[in-house]
Amino acid sequence: MSEHLTEIIVFTVLFLLVSGMGFVAARWRRPQDLASLNEWGLGGRNFGAWITWFLVGGDLYTAYTFVAVPALVFGAGAMGFFAVPYTVIVYPMVFLVLIRLWSVSHVHGFVTPADFVRARFGSPTLALLVALTGIAATMPYIALQLVGIEAVLKAMGVSGHLPIVIAFAILAAYTYRSGLRAPALIAFVKDTLIYLVILVAIIYIPARLGGWGAIFGAAQEKFAATPAKGDGLLLGAGNQWQYVTLALGSALALFLYPHSLTGVLASRNRDVIKRNMSALPAYSLLLGLIALLGYMAIAAGVRPVGGDSNTVVPRLFDMMFPDWFTGVAYAAVGIGALVPAAIMSIAAANLFTRNIYREYLRPDATDAQEAQVSKLVSLAVKVGAVLCILLLDLQFAIDLQLIGGVVILQTLPAVALGLYTRWLHPRALIAGWAAGMGAGLWMLYTIGNPATGKAHFAGSAFPLSNLGLETATTVYAGLLALAVNLAVAVAGTLICRAAGVAKGADTTRPDHYHADEGDPRVKDLDLAGST
Amino acid sequence: MSTSDHDRRSGRPPARSDASPWNWLLVIPVILPLLPFLYNAEEPRLLGFPLFYWLQLAFIVAGVTATTIVYRVTRKRNGR
Repeated sequence: MSEHLTEIIVFTVLFLLVSGMGFVAARWRRPQDLASLNEWGLGGRNFGAWITWFLVGGDLYTAYTFVAVPALVFGAGAMGFFAVPYTVIVYPMVFLVLIRLWSVSHVHGFVTPADFVRARFGSPTLALLVALTGIAATMPYIALQLVGIEAVLKAMGVSGHLPIVIAFAILAAYTYRSGLRAPALIAFVKDTLIYLVILVAIIYIPARLGGWGAIFGAAQEKFAATPAKGDGLLLGAGNQWQYVTLALGSALALFLYPHSLTGVLASRNRDVIKRNMSALPAYSLLLGLIALLGYMAIAAGVRPVGGDSNTVVPRLFDMMFPDWFTGVAYAAVGIGALVPAAIMSIAAANLFTRNIYREYLRPDATDAQEAQVSKLVSLAVKVGAVLCILLLDLQFAIDLQLIGGVVILQTLPAVALGLYTRWLHPRALIAGWAAGMGAGLWMLYTIGNPATGKAHFAGSAFPLSNLGLETATTVYAGLLALAVNLAVAVAGTLICRAAGVAKGADTTRPDHYHADEGDPRVKDLDLAGST
Repeated sequence: MSTSDHDRRSGRPPARSDASPWNWLLVIPVILPLLPFLYNAEEPRLLGFPLFYWLQLAFIVAGVTATTIVYRVTRKRNGR
């Protein structure tokens, strides 16, 4: 432990500094009153381009990403690079969709995607399913952020769960107090540290390892020596489709996660969102470079701590950097876990408050009551995440997160298509959701990995040979499940229409999807309409 | 999609739209990364990077260019 003393001191100092910022954030941008979801849960819906950039970037590119993506590249090579096409596709794809969602949410005061579904389809059941799906997909993601911190602690020789419990207790306390303002403020520090560390890493480490040619060469040698077919510097015949479908499926899923939408809804106007769609790819470049740390680790001869490949990047930093800078790098990863964990717990809490508490338990809840419930639920969510790590296997959280991506995709027909059309019948959407969930979980269940001896939930690459097709091709299970979902939803809609099944009312109107900052909101419209 | 009653009542201009021919630019960066035959090769290399890596990183630039152009031509006139 003593050999890592400098690292531990630097890490602790930066961590405490950031925690202090989290508490001060309640006063930042002076809200008159934090006792409403608009203020506590969405930071007053008033964030400009810069804050949104740091907030959304800090939220989407999590500590787990920074640790797991290079670990994947370290182990499998090209396949791990899917994170780059994934984050290239996502922004142009959601560009026009998100501004519609922002507008209609602005007019109606929606806080969650389930709020929108409730108003659009007039179906409380469908909204409940969307909310529960969101919570189920988010919870393991929060737990995974602990993996990022744990990887760093392991590399510093710190063992035991106590440090993680303390870190999360601090996180829970300032999120409770400051709401979304805390991660928004901390994101500035987190991202500055990450950019600094990675820029230094991609200039300094290759120079020490003999240049990029030598790094790729070392990786080439390593993969050539392994018997596994799926690894290598390039994609093979069997995993090209998996690469492409995983990138596309992940891109489709990203902004269905409630925590991604929290950052979007907190922005001031439509232009802020559009501008961010062209500015956020800066993080994609960062992520691409981070992925290559996996190859640097191969070239440097890194051996993961205790066989845990998530420690590859922390070990690489430890070998390459002077102690004090390693401490900074570790702090960047550790703090990197706090921003997404805070936003995710806020998003999950908002879903519970708006779509379960207010819908089913207390329809006449005031703004202040909503905010109070959300604050308490955000605490409960974090306690749950810590318990998940303490009581269950870490692998369990990773499995759940894998399932989470497949699961959240099943809300696409209601949330994303719903922004454009309500042709699909709510009952058919429910049936499609159920079919997609069933198909997705079944596919994941059948995926094993002979190399690790894991029989189920060993990955998201579904071999088409499991369906009886004679091919080595694998495809991302989430996208196949979504296809099943859509097919059932369309067929169900045709049946519902033929049978004349009534559907709920739509309280949104076409012009609501183009509203911008300063346009009247529904509360104002009701007043105007009654005169 | 006719102008709603509300618009006439409150005297606001007719319904706005997000439609613009420039939006088609957004299709390019979505499609490019989905075509592995474009980039799944080692040669030509750039600064020691195999094609697979440098070309996909270059797609990020394509994405930024497309979204920046669409943002600039469709943003609100006169600023606010």
